[in-house]
Amino acid sequence: MSTPLLETDGLTKSYGSRIGCADVSFMLWPGEVMGIVGESGSGKSTLLSCLAGHLESDAGQIRYRDRAGETHLPATMSEAGRRRLAREEWAYVHQNPRDGLRMGVSAGGNVGEPLMARGQRHYGDIREAALDWLERVEIARDRIDDPPRAFSGGMQQRLQIARSLVNNPRLVFMDEPTGGLDVSVQARLLDLLRGLVRDLGLSAVIVTHDLAVVRLLADRLMVMQGGYVVESGLTDQVLDDPQHAYTQLLVSSVLQV
Amino acid sequence: MSDYNFAYLDEQTKRMIRRALLKAVAIPGYQVPFASREMPMPYGWGTGGVQVTAACLVPEDTLKVIDQGADDTTNAVSIRAFFARVADVATTERTAEASLIQTRHRIPETPLREDQILVYQVPIPEPLRFLEPRETETRKMHALAEYGLMHVRLYEDIARHGEIAKSYAYPVRVEGRYVMDPSPIPKFDNPKLGDCPALQLFGAGREQRIYALPPYTRVESLDFEDYPFKASKPDQPCALCGARDSYLDEVITDDAGTRMFVCSDTDYCRERRDAGHRGLMAAPFEDDADAELPQ
Amino acid sequence: MYVAVKGGERAIAAAHDWLARERRGDAAIPEIGIDQIREQMGLAVDRVMAEGSLYDPDLAALALKQARGDTIEAIFLIRAYRTTLPRFGASRPIATGAMRCERRISAIFKDVPGGQVLGPTFDYTHRLLDFKLAAEAATSERSQPQPTPQPRADDTPHVADILAREDLIQRENAAPDVHATPDLTRAPLTLPASRALRLQALARGDEGFLLSLAYSTQRGYGRNHPFVGELRIGTVAVEMDIPELGFAIEIGEITVSECESVNQFTGSKTQPAQFTRGYGLVFGRGERKAISMALVDRALRWRELGEENGGAPAQDAEFVLAHADNIQASGFLEHIKLPHYVDFQAELELIRRLRREALAHVGGGA
Repeated sequence: MSTPLLETDGLTKSYGSRIGCADVSFMLWPGEVMGIVGESGSGKSTLLSCLAGHLESDAGQIRYRDRAGETHLPATMSEAGRRRLAREEWAYVHQNPRDGLRMGVSAGGNVGEPLMARGQRHYGDIREAALDWLERVEIARDRIDDPPRAFSGGMQQRLQIARSLVNNPRLVFMDEPTGGLDVSVQARLLDLLRGLVRDLGLSAVIVTHDLAVVRLLADRLMVMQGGYVVESGLTDQVLDDPQHAYTQLLVSSVLQV
Repeated sequence: MSDYNFAYLDEQTKRMIRRALLKAVAIPGYQVPFASREMPMPYGWGTGGVQVTAACLVPEDTLKVIDQGADDTTNAVSIRAFFARVADVATTERTAEASLIQTRHRIPETPLREDQILVYQVPIPEPLRFLEPRETETRKMHALAEYGLMHVRLYEDIARHGEIAKSYAYPVRVEGRYVMDPSPIPKFDNPKLGDCPALQLFGAGREQRIYALPPYTRVESLDFEDYPFKASKPDQPCALCGARDSYLDEVITDDAGTRMFVCSDTDYCRERRDAGHRGLMAAPFEDDADAELPQ
Repeated sequence: MYVAVKGGERAIAAAHDWLARERRGDAAIPEIGIDQIREQMGLAVDRVMAEGSLYDPDLAALALKQARGDTIEAIFLIRAYRTTLPRFGASRPIATGAMRCERRISAIFKDVPGGQVLGPTFDYTHRLLDFKLAAEAATSERSQPQPTPQPRADDTPHVADILAREDLIQRENAAPDVHATPDLTRAPLTLPASRALRLQALARGDEGFLLSLAYSTQRGYGRNHPFVGELRIGTVAVEMDIPELGFAIEIGEITVSECESVNQFTGSKTQPAQFTRGYGLVFGRGERKAISMALVDRALRWRELGEENGGAPAQDAEFVLAHADNIQASGFLEHIKLPHYVDFQAELELIRRLRREALAHVGGGA
């Protein structure tokens, strides 16, 4: 574990004269979950998009170390290489599950597609793997042939998680994974995520405005404001003893549960 | 007689098409864009096939044109007449005698030879089109060999129907690389695509694409290991010639819905009957409608 | 006893004979002449030239006669003929600024240099059938007391230039090298398509399709607040550079309709606001098409203007360009009349098998 899984150096992205994110540097180690918090406009979504290769940064470098131990610079890779990384090493969980699912394809087809994209050609095995995963995300097995639009919002989100994890990614990017869900559903989802992350030894970068999410899931935390990282450290430390004024504001404005 | 160049197209256009054909042959199964010309028959009625044929024809060729496996379906008649007029080449209905065969929706039953070219008319060349309507996306999928979506469709079929529900235009993988639409031939014909001694060329005029299968190319119909591809046809013999191994047309013979099955490949059927084979409904095949029918 | 059907060849010949008879119609009625069509059905002739992409009123009139008045069939004839014509080269871009305008209107100013010239327009006619026109040509001796109005002899500057002088409207790009402009009829359509290629496709595109798309933008599907900045119809010279001579010569004159739309302005606190624009140009007198084309052109420019793609059909270049050509569209649509029984047979077989298995499953239990 001498090399970090993911590393950035001075990552900067602007939209014309407006700052998206500025000068972000951090390291993520295998098995770690990093939370990025801030209100809307803080730059956390821009940062996530750059990390996941959806946006091209203006300055700074991103380095990723793959399963074989090779280091890649995703920003300078060919599109084929980037798509391979996205398919075999990474996963992305969208805030809106509709963005991460094929709504016209059955639940089983959704979970099976990443397997088929990697060359799996045994229908029975694909279906078994899909059933297995549906169970793991607590979706009833007999829903395997239903389309996602027949699911509730919470179920769609769990389906998206199954689809994103079926290929055993090493690094998961999550964008407001509990956004848009009601409180009780959120709690159940967070519990599920915590279990999966632990059981599978996943590394993750989670963007959220909800401190409860990072409290439960993240080992470390970065607080962003106006595009800059204003504070970072161990989650409990930062939340229990915030140093920066903005962090203090964030923490104090959350209803204590 | 012609104010037109041999086979209608001017030499520049033929050169352009041949360049596209060479590219296509060099990359089996890959769709090569080409500047399809407006032809005297409508788009959708074989302009792609006609342009490929026109670019390949030489005066010494013998041309056969079939549609649905038959030489005398109206569009086959029309296209054959077109080439007879603008190219003055010999035409034939016999597969064995043809050097170039233009076809719509069937592969001839008679095995082809190395000195023959088979030209297919293609309506929609893109096998992924009905999964992904945007050409910009499908181009990328082919370039990166990202065909997972194709198998998702097959998976869905099995989940819903218990089997893959594609009976024609069944997608194939060429030399383990490109996924290709073999044109709307029945899946029964798919096995003839692979390891074929003849050169197979595919022309889509309206969609402006050409692709090819060079002789002896490896072609695999997409399937799952536990749901392997099955070339199927009605389990009947031909009522006229008794053939059990050819693709059959269903013919409704009276108002009560009585039906019989006859070879779709009219040349194959005729050859078998000439050789003495007879089916259950065997009757002399009347060329002249006024001739007396035997009792 | 089954006797297989043959005689496709005879059927086709018979069909063509019947067609020829139908085209002629009642032999007691005088046969229509190409010149009559050209002179008295001028707008149909113009549409055939525009969508056939070939400027030749006599040929277009012939095509209409041969096609029994079916516009798309006539366009098809012209397109097929066009394919066989040799190319000598490309002309210079036509100078619509030097047009001899028979019609010129602007909706954005009450009056403009050059004036508002109505020209021979239907615009203010009352759409009441004129039964006097049904009278025999010989008896309707309409005297023509006034001489036919002449187009303006003086130059008519573009209205957009007035706005441009104050920098109120975006400038069009400088005239590109004409040899770098792609030719849609010589190279396959590739996406994403440049504006030049899009405009070519629209110029040849079906009037009805573009009309509906333009209408849809006005109703909110990609609304861009269009004004008709200028509509002008008239004759322009076609000039071609002759290398052997070292200068350009005029090889002919054509009538075109040109529409420049003035659309929703863009800008910000730092970038001064300017009106945006759309452009339409067709052979002949085709103002409905020219205006529609300008609106659709503008809708397709959303990306280069930094606008949102609202998902409107008129904004989707791939959708618009793939479906604008009525020869491709009608060909493919009508091809479904051709025999498809081989594939249908395959489907029949499949559906029968699926039904057998489903019924067995239901009847035979789990």
